[in-house]
Amino acid sequence: METILKVRNVSKSFGGVEANKEVSLEIKSGDIVGLIGPNGSGKSTLFNMICGIQPIDKGEVIFEGKEISKYNVSEIARFGLLRTFQETKIYSKMTCLENMQISYKTPQDTLMSFFSKISQNVIKKSEELLDFVGLYEKRKLKAGDLSFGQQKLLELAMSLINGPKMLILDEPTAGINPTLINGIIDRLKKANEEFNITLFIIEHNMQVIMGLAKKIYCMNHGKILAQGTPEEIKNNKNVINAYLGAV
Amino acid sequence: MKKDLVILLIILLIGITSPFLFPNFVVNLSVVWLFILFSLTWDVQGGQMGYNSFGNIVFYGLGMYTCALVQVGLFFSIGEWTEAGGEKTFLHTIPQYFTGLGVGLIFSSIIPVLSAIIVGLGLLRVRGQYFAIGTLGLGIAAGEIASGIEVIGGGQGMTVPIWPRAAGTTDLRNLVFYYLSFASFLGTFLFLRWIYQTRFGLTLNAIRDDEDKAEAMGIPTMRYKIIGWCISAFFLGISGALMGNMNGYIDPIDGAFTGSTVGLWMIIMALLGGKGTLWGPIIGAVLFYFFKEFFWMQFLGWQYVALGLLVVVVVVFFPEGLMGWLKRKFPEKFGEVVDKERTSGIHLD
Amino acid sequence: MDLMIFTTAPWLNVQAIFDGIMIGAVFSLIAYGMALIWGVMKIINVCQGEYVILGGYITFYLYNTYGINPLYTIPAASLFVFLVSFAIYKLVIVKVIERDLFVSILATFGLSIIIQQLMNTIFGADVEVAQSGLGTEFLFDNMVTVPVTRVFSLIIAVLVAAIVVIFMHYSKLGRAIRATSQNKRAAKVLGVDTDKVYGYTYAINGAICGVAGSLVAMTFTLHPYIGLPYTIRSFMIVITAGLGNFAAIITSGMGLGILEQYADYIIGTQFRIGFVFLLLVFIIIWRSRKLLKKREYLK
Repeated sequence: METILKVRNVSKSFGGVEANKEVSLEIKSGDIVGLIGPNGSGKSTLFNMICGIQPIDKGEVIFEGKEISKYNVSEIARFGLLRTFQETKIYSKMTCLENMQISYKTPQDTLMSFFSKISQNVIKKSEELLDFVGLYEKRKLKAGDLSFGQQKLLELAMSLINGPKMLILDEPTAGINPTLINGIIDRLKKANEEFNITLFIIEHNMQVIMGLAKKIYCMNHGKILAQGTPEEIKNNKNVINAYLGAV
Repeated sequence: MKKDLVILLIILLIGITSPFLFPNFVVNLSVVWLFILFSLTWDVQGGQMGYNSFGNIVFYGLGMYTCALVQVGLFFSIGEWTEAGGEKTFLHTIPQYFTGLGVGLIFSSIIPVLSAIIVGLGLLRVRGQYFAIGTLGLGIAAGEIASGIEVIGGGQGMTVPIWPRAAGTTDLRNLVFYYLSFASFLGTFLFLRWIYQTRFGLTLNAIRDDEDKAEAMGIPTMRYKIIGWCISAFFLGISGALMGNMNGYIDPIDGAFTGSTVGLWMIIMALLGGKGTLWGPIIGAVLFYFFKEFFWMQFLGWQYVALGLLVVVVVVFFPEGLMGWLKRKFPEKFGEVVDKERTSGIHLD
Repeated sequence: MDLMIFTTAPWLNVQAIFDGIMIGAVFSLIAYGMALIWGVMKIINVCQGEYVILGGYITFYLYNTYGINPLYTIPAASLFVFLVSFAIYKLVIVKVIERDLFVSILATFGLSIIIQQLMNTIFGADVEVAQSGLGTEFLFDNMVTVPVTRVFSLIIAVLVAAIVVIFMHYSKLGRAIRATSQNKRAAKVLGVDTDKVYGYTYAINGAICGVAGSLVAMTFTLHPYIGLPYTIRSFMIVITAGLGNFAAIITSGMGLGILEQYADYIIGTQFRIGFVFLLLVFIIIWRSRKLLKKREYLK
């Protein structure tokens, strides 16, 4: 398998506080990779830098062989590297269907295509994906009126509509009731298998991430503390000390 | 499709017949159409895109000046014109007048669009209150600068070429400008109605709801914000040109760059009817016009106090507007329904 | 063109800086009031300038009708605007707090129009000034003129600022205001009556504006419609200096004063207001350009 994302020696500091110190990692195409670590260990900062929300101080981010750290958020998104947010971000005053439609991009997205009506094809695809996450019957409701968990599902569906190459998820199951969590895990697995999307996930729920990921990175104090399969991570002494605790 | 056609026919019917039904109010009716245009174009930023602009008045004023300057400058020296107070010494012939007006209208749409691009590149990067106050500053600055430039009459303002007597009576003049106003409203309405149904319209809404998300999803938001502003500038420029010609005189601060009257009114009109909808600004503008005329008739001398009170009351107590209120009361009438028609796939809850 | 004048007549620089500092002190005072309510109540007060002019008209009225020296009318002007703004708080502002900032901008814009029009009706549309009769000093062989009133106004501005700062740090209400501005919820939990704090904060801002208005009436001119430039100036000073930084507000205010003096010489007084408003636009764009490098936005 080839490498889809390579982070090399990335550093970032905020006014003296080093959020990320020489972080390096590699993600293979088609994998599900987890990122764990205590609060404030620099996970979200790393995500922000990979997707171009914050500029990096030093180092390189290489996506499909291309150095992307100099591009801005929307350009990186158009390369096929998308992210979701910890606190869900959806267009709250638009209906679910509109949320989906605006997320869809045609392969030739020119100025003119922006001034044409939404095609039936897009509507059909939106409905299919809303169905996939179980929101079909709520498609005409305002996205802001959905529950938190449903908004997360909607956000996932929005990310999937363009068939991204890689999806970066910031705590996809945080604040969601346990029954819905299984639904989300199920969708994520399917997205990975059926749509062949590489997933990179920050997650605090150990059960979820151990069951989902093939490889896990653990961060602490802005550095990569350990990496390996879920089994290796579970038994890694450093990880236990820093994060998992004596369980 | 059928519904669209009916609506269009009704608007056309009202627009074409009303000067004959109310022949004494032709000028007022023209102003009503332009007021609707103001609030519709403000709503592109304020309602649909979530950028509350106090500076759209700049495009209106620019259009007003551009048109007048073209009308004069095509045939006479502008400096001599403003110095002489305009029509006292110079008179346009019929062909001169209509060529001037035609060319002036074209330029009065181009110049505001160009300025929208330039200003937008700087100001559309800032959000929220900074954008609001920045555009407020821009509107007032434009008026102050215009009143400092001697060639265009400075603080005295300038006159606009008068309707050539030989072409017809004042009634005919009023009728011509009425139909021009109506046509520019209709153009605005149809254009906005169309773009709100396209991806572009959805993009504006996405920027309003969460601009960071829109960027993260790969939408180049800056481009669409500027295009949105250009659309407003285009129509506002034309409306300014028409208003200038109807008044026959341009005052830099009280006529063209009227940030604290028309510039504020266009916001209140949109709010009153319900911002972020197509019909809200239209209803709001008509309501506001009646309020305004009523205040001028009933409280002359205190009319601006009354209007200020109206502003405060609308903003503080009725910010969602008529359409917003209806939408909240009857969401299902606006298509917000749980639709169980087709249910397959996996269900969660 | 006229730029050479600053090298051929070097005293002009001294004059411009002198005037700029004295005017800038008044700007800083008004801006401090704006920063106070912006920070505590999270609203932008567009009728700030109208409060200033209102205070000025109280001074003018007392001076014109009863012949009272403007210097002695400062407490009256301050108290009057204090009461007016407290009433306005109870009637309108209380319903605007905790709503979108745009709502507060629009509502106070509406208020500013009402106040302008009322001042126009009551005091007339003429340009007025209240002479304190303190005369003018001439320095450096008559090269630099210094109206004594302006020196007094500088001193008063500094005094008022000192009083406000001491009040904020040592009085119970002042501490409650500062606590609310730092963390409203925590302050509420700890028993601070935030509604009361808001009311007083807004009224204290009014009192500050009243003092500034008296100084404006003595050193400049009054007119019902010149409030907005003062609002814009304070907004500009606040966004350059930041909300809580008192020293920066003073330096930005004086910097703006000096800049305006130079602008008067260079581009002419007829463009003065235009210059102020354009400067605001440039400062906003400049700030956002700086943030753009960090991929952040001014919001």
